[in-house]
Order: sequence, then C-alpha cells, then structure tokens
Amino acid sequence: MKAYSWFVLKRFAQMIVVIYVGVSTAFLITHLSPINPVDSMLSSITTRSNFSPEAIEEMRAALTDLYGVDKPLLEQYVNFWQRFLQGGDFGPSLLAFPTPAMTLVMRALPWTVLLLSTSVLITWFLGNLFGGLAGYFQNSRLLKVFGVASMGVQPIPYYIVAFLFLIFFGFVWPVLPISGAYAMDVQSGWNIDFILSVIQHAILPVTSLIVVGFGTWFLGMRALVSNIVNEDYVTYAELAGVPRRRIVFSYVMRNAAVPQLTALALVLGSIFSGTIITEQVYNYPGLGTLLVDAVNTGDNTTVLAVSTVAITAVAVAIFVVDLLHPLLDPRVRAS
Amino acid sequence: MLAVVRDLIRYNKEFTIGAVLVAIIVGFSCLSFFSPVDPTLVYLVPPERPPSTEYWFGTNSRGQDLFWQATFAIRNTLAFGLLVAVLSRIISVTVGLVAGYIGGWVDRVLMSINDVVVALPIFPILVLVYFVLRADLTTLKLAIVMACFGWPFDARLIRSIAVGLRHREFTHHAVFAGMSARKIMFEEHLPYVMPIVLSTAMANMIWSIGLSVTLAVLGFTDLNIPSIGTMLYWANNHSAMVVGTWWWIAVPVVLVVVTFVGLYLLAVSLNEYIDPRSRLRRMGGAALVSATSTLVAEGGAAPVPTLGADVRGEPEGRP
Repeated sequence: MKAYSWFVLKRFAQMIVVIYVGVSTAFLITHLSPINPVDSMLSSITTRSNFSPEAIEEMRAALTDLYGVDKPLLEQYVNFWQRFLQGGDFGPSLLAFPTPAMTLVMRALPWTVLLLSTSVLITWFLGNLFGGLAGYFQNSRLLKVFGVASMGVQPIPYYIVAFLFLIFFGFVWPVLPISGAYAMDVQSGWNIDFILSVIQHAILPVTSLIVVGFGTWFLGMRALVSNIVNEDYVTYAELAGVPRRRIVFSYVMRNAAVPQLTALALVLGSIFSGTIITEQVYNYPGLGTLLVDAVNTGDNTTVLAVSTVAITAVAVAIFVVDLLHPLLDPRVRAS
Repeated sequence: MLAVVRDLIRYNKEFTIGAVLVAIIVGFSCLSFFSPVDPTLVYLVPPERPPSTEYWFGTNSRGQDLFWQATFAIRNTLAFGLLVAVLSRIISVTVGLVAGYIGGWVDRVLMSINDVVVALPIFPILVLVYFVLRADLTTLKLAIVMACFGWPFDARLIRSIAVGLRHREFTHHAVFAGMSARKIMFEEHLPYVMPIVLSTAMANMIWSIGLSVTLAVLGFTDLNIPSIGTMLYWANNHSAMVVGTWWWIAVPVVLVVVTFVGLYLLAVSLNEYIDPRSRLRRMGGAALVSATSTLVAEGGAAPVPTLGADVRGEPEGRP
C-alpha cells in the first residue's frame, strides 16, 4: 500500500506541474502578444454600431479597468491565478456579453466529457479486446482483415473521418442527426425523450472517434500480445492444460493491458484534441465548438478560459487513468 | 543502405506499398514546378466543371483548375510536414541523447519536462497561438510552435536507446581516448539512433500535417497559401457538398489519405526493421524468436525500444 500511495503522490505532483505549466503558457501567450484585448473588444463592439468618440473612450476606460490590462504583467499573472483558484472567474465573455466566460465553459464541458469518456472507454476496450485476440489467434482471417483495416484508417486525422461521416450521413444516407447535441423539440432534463435524443445525437460523433481511435489500440495490443504469446509461462500454461479462455484473458491480455493503460494516460491529451475537432464538425455544443466560436468573435476571455479549463481537465483525467493502475496490476497493490 | 531498401522491398509488403504511395504523392507534388498557372489566382477557368479530359480533377467554384491546385496544395502540405519533422527531430535527438548519455539530474530534469509536454493538449494551445498572432502566423512560425510540442515521445524513445549505448564497450573506449561528451553523443551514438529518427520523423509528419489540415479547415491559418487544409476550407466555404461539386472535396481528401497511409506504412515497416525480433518472426519460426529474445536480453546488445511504441510509432493524436 505504501508503494501505491507513493505512486499516487508522484502522479499528483505531476498533475499539479502540468496544470501550472500549461495554464501559465496559455496566460503568457495571450498576454505577451502585441494585441490588446481591450482594443480587439472595442473594435468588434464598435463595428456593429456607431458610437461617439467620447463613448468609445469611456468604454475603453471601463474595459481597461475590467480586464486590468494597465497593471504590470506580474500583477496580472498573480491576479489571474487567484481568480482561477477561487472558482475560475475569467471575466465576462464577449461571445455572450455579459455572461461570464466560465459559465459558458461550464455549460459546454459536460458535453465534451460525455463524448470523450464514452468514446475513450469503448475504443480502449474494443481495440484491446480485438487486438489481444488478433495477437493470440494469429491465423484468424477475420482478425487479419481487422488489422489491415485499422492500419488503413488509423493514420487518418480525426477531422477527415468525421467529415466523411458527415457527408455520408448528411447527404447520402440521412438516418442520423448530424448537428447539435439533442433535438430542438424535446424538453431538456432527466426524461426519456431527452436522453434518447442525446444518445441519438451522440452516435455519429462517438462513432467517428471510435473508428479513428480503434486502430491505435488494436495494433498496439496485437504487437504486445504477439510478443507475450512466446513467453515461457504461456507455453507452460498451455502444456499444463489451462483452459484456453483463461490463458487468453487472464494470462496474456491482462499483462498486456498494463502498458496500454499507461499509453492511454499518455495520449489522452491528443484524444482530447481530436474530440474538440469532432465536436466542431458535428456542431456539438462542447468545448471545441465554444473555442472556435470564441476565436471567430475575437473573444479573448473565453479563448483563455476554454484553454485553461481544457488543460486542467486533461491533466485531471490523466491522473484518474493513472489511479486505475492497481486494478490491472496487482504488483502495485501488493507491495 | 541500398541493400537494406532492396531487402525491405522484397520481404516487407507494407514497406513496398508505403514506398509506392509516398512516391506517387511526391511525384504528383513535383508536377507543381511545371504548372502553367499561378495557384493563388482565381477565376481562370470555367467554374464547377466535373472531372473531364480537359480538367482532370475538375474545377472549383473559385474558377481554379483542381489538378494544378492540388499539386501545389500537396507540395506545401508535405513541405510543412517535413519542416516540422526536421525541427522537432533536432529537439528530440538532442534531448534524447543528452538525457541518455549524461543521465543523473540532467536526465531527470529533461524527462520531467518531457512528461509535462506530453500531457498538454496541443490543439487548444495552437488555436491560442493563432488567436494571438492572426495574420502574423506564417508557415515557419507555425512549424516552430508545432516542433516545440512534437518531440517528447521520440525523445523518450531515443533516450532509452542512448541509455543502453552508454554502457557499451565502444563508449568506454571513446571516453578513455579522451573524446568529449558532445562528440561521443553526436558522432558515436547518433548513427545508432538514426533508424528510429527516420521512422519517428514519418510518424511526426503524419501528426503535424493532420494538425495543420485541421487548423486550416477551421480557417485558422493563412488562407491564401494553397494547401490540403485550405482547399478543404474553401470547399466548405462554398458549400461544395450542397452545390454538388463533390470532386472539390474528394481530391484533397484522397490525396491526404494516401499520404497518411503511405507514411504510416513506411514508419511501421521501418520500426519492424529496427526491432530484430519482429523481423525474425516475419522470416518464420517462433523458436528462433524466443531464442534471440533471450540472447538480446542476456547480451544486452541493441536494446529494443519499448514494445508498445513499436507499432504505434508516435501515439500522439492526429486531430
């Protein structure tokens, strides 16, 4: 147990460092730039209507005060962290002025979490299951086809696959909803209609994430298992007459699953990137769509808020995946 | 070198297919040097013509001949991928060799930086960079930013090899002969990691091209430079699917998919070539494999990179 708490402590420290570095990077990128958020905000406000010069100057003063951009960088940085730690107050967004940017982010976050968690869980289990079987039963025709297919699809970026799905289900065979997270005509809340509608709308984005992600796990697991199969202990188990099912699942695949879990923690950040792009394609109201909308409106606050929350969320998710290790690896529990 | 390529083509189907696909793409992109048209000009040919003998890939709603447009697009996209690959290779080789050879606290510091960079979600950061720089985000700047995020996986791989090389006899000889650490790393150890550098470079190209296409499709790039991403952006912008100009979308998608699959197969087959165990398995005989794997383990010769990384090459995502 001591080893496990040491492991958890180390991972926790790592998570803190990642959050700190990532959020600071996001802050510095936005604040070291020559572009002043007040100016960009003013220009986007004033293009929509005509104000008198005095009104614009007043607005500039108010906005400068609101964002505190006239203060030295260090003070802004300390302020930023203080407000972030006190519940994430980033100031009002421009996208939906005066709704706070954090409210927008919190509205979008559950949808991203829904997409990301379902697709990662399904992909990881299916990919490893089939990959493990393909590594063990190396002569199976069907599994070989799987291998060739995942080799072909695996390198294609998320965007292209999502886009092709969109074209196919939008124009060629329109059976599934291709936009939004739920139908407009259902009452949102915990009722059957709403949940069904959410599931229906999630099918396409989740499937396109699964299609891309599957190959990574399949090929990785196949390589791992086809090496483990040649180990002496597997040969011994086979000779000793251990049931085949038991050899495949408890002797071979369980051992191979440990590095795959480590790999999951490593690639979670990039899967997240894939998720937010997929969202954008299907107009899913998650963080990705919010990020793109915010960039297009020139909304400094929301862009920074989304990036900060994204970095934090991914770091926390990686930490959680790392905590799962003792489930698979009894060595971590025992020592 | 040539003999290696010949053997790979003869025994490795993936390598052959990958090499052919990449050769087709590179050849196609080279056609851009003979292009009769300037790819940035619009309304040169009748718009929205389907593929025909006159316009092989059809023309788009902006009055551009898609054939020549595509040659420029794939050339720029490939060049971008190559640029990022070279830049990030420089970082990953340096970090990997230094961490592996010097070890100690240098190793620990470099690897903790490595772990932090791995965990950061890159896409929001790239969008942030675009958001700040806007029109100033040139291809070179974008490549540098991406290179700063594209090295950690490969650095770790290179480090794992360099750690093994440090205890080899020739390293001791070099040290006793008075060779400087820098010389040992970059003259003695570098050749050993070169195959890994090559195969990860291809995986890295897939990653960076994928990201740049995604950024371009969302409009977060210089839209006047023809590339696969900007082609898709303009196609979306003119609602190509609704109008029915499917070839406008099909051309870049097919090109980019062929590029990715080709590069991926090359990377995978090179990885397999580097790992002697999987090479032996291909030649046949599980007994041989287990015999060599114990040999490798006991003799400590040519440390094999972690198995998971074997096929995956670069597990960074391809948005």
